[in-house]
Amino acid sequence: MRLAASAREMFPSLCSSLGAIHQTDLYFADRLLNTSERKQLSDAFVDPAIQQCAWVDLGHGLDLGRGLSFVEIALRPGVTDPVGQAFAKAGELLGVAPFEARTGKRFTFTSDADGPELEALVRAVTNGLLHNDIVDEVVYGELISVRFFSDASSPGIDVVPLRRLSADQLLALSASRGLALDLAEMQEIEKYFSSVSRDPTDAEIEMLAQTWSEHCSHKTFRAYITWEDGTVVVPLLKQLRVSTETIAAPWVLSAFVDNAGIVAFDEQFDAAIKVETHNHPSAVEPFGGANTGVGGVIRDVLGVAADPIAVTNILCFGPLDTSADELPTGVLHPRRVRDGVVDGIADYGNKIGLPTVAGAVVHHEGFTANPLVFAGCLGLRPIGLELGGAQPGHRIVALGGATGRDGIRGATFSSLTMDATTGDVAGASVQIGDPIIEKLVADALSEARDQRLFSAITDCGAGGFSSAIGEIAATLGADVDLDAAPLKYAGLAPWEIWLSEAQERMVIAVPPENLVAIQTVCLRHGVSWCDLGSFRSDGQLVVRFAGNVLVDLPGTFLHEGRPQRQMVATRPTAPAPGVSHRDSADVIARAGALLLEMLGHSDVRSNESIVRKFDHEILGATIGRPFIGARADGPSDASVLAPVSSSKGLVLGIGLNCRTGHINARRMAEAVVDEAIRNAVAVGADPDQIALLDNFSWGDPKRREVLGQLVEAVEGCCAAAVAHRSPFVCGKDSLNNEYVTNTGERRSIPPTLVITALGVLPDADRLISSDVKRAGNVLLLVGSLYDGLSDEGLRGSVLDSVLNVDGPGLVAGGDRAAPNRYRELHRLMVEGLVRSCHDISDGGLVVSAAEMAMGGRLGISLNLCELDGDVLDDDVLVGALFSEASGRLLLEVESDVAVIVVRRLEASVVGNVVDAQTLSIASGSRSILNVDIDELLVAWKGHAQ
Amino acid sequence: MTPSALVIRAPGTNRDHDVAFALSLAGASPRIVTMGELRTTPQLLIESQMLVFAGGFSHADSLGAGSLVGLEISRFLSDEIQRFVERGCPVLGICNGFQILVRSGLLPGSLTHNESNGVESAKGTATGFTCKWVTLAPVPSTPCVWTRAVIEPIECPIAHGEGRYVASPDIVTTHGALVYENGSNPNGSAGDIGGITDSTGLVLGLMPHPENHVLVRQHPRFGRGEHRGLGLTLFQGGVNHVVARG
Repeated sequence: MRLAASAREMFPSLCSSLGAIHQTDLYFADRLLNTSERKQLSDAFVDPAIQQCAWVDLGHGLDLGRGLSFVEIALRPGVTDPVGQAFAKAGELLGVAPFEARTGKRFTFTSDADGPELEALVRAVTNGLLHNDIVDEVVYGELISVRFFSDASSPGIDVVPLRRLSADQLLALSASRGLALDLAEMQEIEKYFSSVSRDPTDAEIEMLAQTWSEHCSHKTFRAYITWEDGTVVVPLLKQLRVSTETIAAPWVLSAFVDNAGIVAFDEQFDAAIKVETHNHPSAVEPFGGANTGVGGVIRDVLGVAADPIAVTNILCFGPLDTSADELPTGVLHPRRVRDGVVDGIADYGNKIGLPTVAGAVVHHEGFTANPLVFAGCLGLRPIGLELGGAQPGHRIVALGGATGRDGIRGATFSSLTMDATTGDVAGASVQIGDPIIEKLVADALSEARDQRLFSAITDCGAGGFSSAIGEIAATLGADVDLDAAPLKYAGLAPWEIWLSEAQERMVIAVPPENLVAIQTVCLRHGVSWCDLGSFRSDGQLVVRFAGNVLVDLPGTFLHEGRPQRQMVATRPTAPAPGVSHRDSADVIARAGALLLEMLGHSDVRSNESIVRKFDHEILGATIGRPFIGARADGPSDASVLAPVSSSKGLVLGIGLNCRTGHINARRMAEAVVDEAIRNAVAVGADPDQIALLDNFSWGDPKRREVLGQLVEAVEGCCAAAVAHRSPFVCGKDSLNNEYVTNTGERRSIPPTLVITALGVLPDADRLISSDVKRAGNVLLLVGSLYDGLSDEGLRGSVLDSVLNVDGPGLVAGGDRAAPNRYRELHRLMVEGLVRSCHDISDGGLVVSAAEMAMGGRLGISLNLCELDGDVLDDDVLVGALFSEASGRLLLEVESDVAVIVVRRLEASVVGNVVDAQTLSIASGSRSILNVDIDELLVAWKGHAQ
Repeated sequence: MTPSALVIRAPGTNRDHDVAFALSLAGASPRIVTMGELRTTPQLLIESQMLVFAGGFSHADSLGAGSLVGLEISRFLSDEIQRFVERGCPVLGICNGFQILVRSGLLPGSLTHNESNGVESAKGTATGFTCKWVTLAPVPSTPCVWTRAVIEPIECPIAHGEGRYVASPDIVTTHGALVYENGSNPNGSAGDIGGITDSTGLVLGLMPHPENHVLVRQHPRFGRGEHRGLGLTLFQGGVNHVVARG
């Protein structure tokens, strides 16, 4: 039913005759099953009360009747198919002779149309919604024949002639192999191999490309950057590190060096956290891209020997009402991207058994061709079980899935700008994850860690074995025997085995005396493992395959040999405001209608229908949920996880604003840092122990103005972090988020910074939420009411967005008084004086008040006036109601403590919680708006209650 | 006495730790064992007094949720589990564990894809995986031993896509042990059924997760002063039954 509805939304005219799309699951065996085998399988698996089953010998036709049309879709050979594997296992359990199995789907369309009209419908819906050439094969109106892998001979090791190539030839080689290396880097490689008097193998050149990729080595963040006038910029990564060192927080245990940042939590556990992007894969294969994005970031947390306890996501899509005709070739419709990404996240998180908690969804035209998928993972690491580090002689053990031709060149792929053919060339770079395998690996690793069986660990992310083993062996070196790696199928070239990004694999260093114990743990959890060799002491990485040397490189050249990139940035200037701008009198006159529009704005509206697809309850730690309040449908400021064994909670706050970075990237960054911290503080996190993570998704930094915005944003981040004394512990950048259309037009995403704040709630029983609690309580505004606000926080606001103007004013930036204000607010919370608290951000005070009222299903009455009770001017009122300036919150307190709180926070009394189902706002004697909570809910949730 | 409880984990089971925590709070001594260990060492059942199939996505829900483990049980363990029940020992299956119990034939009926119950959209529309809180009350006449300590309705989350219980009306009447209350039927189950017991009252299967409401702070409206309907009472019912038998 959902499929037909999506099809109608995407192709309204074409699908006017569409009835339903019925889905049938297909199972394929690689041999003919006899009658008794078929009966055994269907008796075991088909529940006749709810299912039907038919067997078909492929090659014989099947009459599916008139008035129907169908397509069959099956996963390509080599794409992970856990359901197919389970089907084969079912045969084994039943004692049926072994067979290999794959799965597919048949979609049957019922429609009043027929002939060419029906065919056009089926093809459009299939291409637009059902089939993705990257991972599946499709046939129309006939039975699909699934291909199984047959034995293929393995290609050998190739040597890549490189020495004495000209500059043009070097660049041509980089382009033809998709290495994404520039001339200086290619020349450095040429120089090295000339010095050792040989040419590289294919594996060596691919490994260098991966190790030196933007994705793995953060060339831009480590680059030597100057402004156009020659002024030198401190390298961006160094700025972030220095800001963390300046703050020198004793509870930061690991920042920027490991797979994840680590901070102190309680007396049993430290907390580990990482946020990653998986943008390019999600653009071409939304389900698989997001799915493996979640799997990958969970492995980052496993990669610091922590147990994952929650996952997060922030999603940026194009407008859902984009016309299918407007899409550039090769770009999937935002609706399909959204559905695929959401399903991919739900599939991985729900199946691996982690709560998917904090999140945000925003929409912007700039994300149509380049959707962004940020996935985060939070973990706990038992205190006292820190790893000692790999030593010479320790074995290199890989755990988890087998290696296939999956995700080859993912690191270099993500470092390239996309074009219409990206979907084709990237065929191998996107996979579908297998969360069940990763769960088993996580369980095995947890047990092995508790028994202290390994000395170092890392995940196989971009670059596969090459990066995982390369990382641990960076200073020691290693002898690797690739023949030991289990393969999914034959026919892989040795370099492909070395570079494959097959999912769900981890590499650990194991003292030889612990190998037997590792084997026992793996056996108990049903995890495959292999011994790939051992660590050396001389720093040389030597990889062999079938007795031949595949890689022989010193760690120093691999990890330190890359020439520092030289880059030039242009100082960004804010674009002038548009000619049409907001008319304050008009805005105030229709404030009620504008509030309803803002509640339905794509950056504000409820995304509950998405969030309910995620299990946010598993593990029993989620006490601060994505939706809260009297009916569990009000917005929350931050998610809170209190592990059942702890009296404390971990708080996850998120800051993000895609509307202001192109106007002023520095102020945007300051505001986004403030927003993330403020969200965490709003639920009770201690401002003295908040760690930050940065995720920059940007355009192509080789364009000077794009780089200029990036530099300003990093400087803004660092200034804000130091002001708040909230150190960065981890970060990740995803650059080159640009798309070249068929006509050669270059499209970039808006500068997008996601800040994740990880805080500690000192008492898990003292969680604060945003829903108002009791009529008669007083509402206070913390931060500027209107004095000192001027027109700050109005440019780039949700108000301007719904007015469809680019009005004057400053975009929201930092607030110098905020750090101390948050600390005093926290003390009041600890003293038990705060009943509810909500931050003021997208949509300003008016949206915040509406959200608090909806959450509590209680009315709110506000009066914003001069101290003497006089009516405010329209201009001033617009700022007070709609400004998104930083540092502001709404508080609910009991009336007898209001005076104390007002004094200590320099807050303003703005109104009361009232025993009515209405939000009303006045200024002095002038009524500004009166809206029923039911109306607010309809606008915000998009449907009646 | 402290009853010893086996919590079964198959590949893809993921609420085993949550169940073990609930069991230990209820006074049992839980032990998580894999399906493989249970098959090779059925002796484990003889040494235990409680058996719980935890939730998750065993074998990625391939071939229908719970069907592969259900098949393993019916082929390799049905006699042992039968004897376990005959000894008077209680068996519980939650969510995927419920699906396993149904698929293995230990409980009657079928579980299939969620459908809306007319609250949010048109009746009969597939709603997919949903995670939200529900209210679950024992059927007054049920012989189920697990629900005997459930004094007030349990409030706890669901997290499933295939929880619509389908069976004939007389099975629903005879075997219904728990029903969704206050219009909270999340999946279109017949007769608002959330939990089913067998004829002995020892075997219970339910879709919601009482193991995720065993601490008062886990209630979504704890901050609004509401702390009622602990799911812990269900586990206490199982423990009480074993303790009373000595």
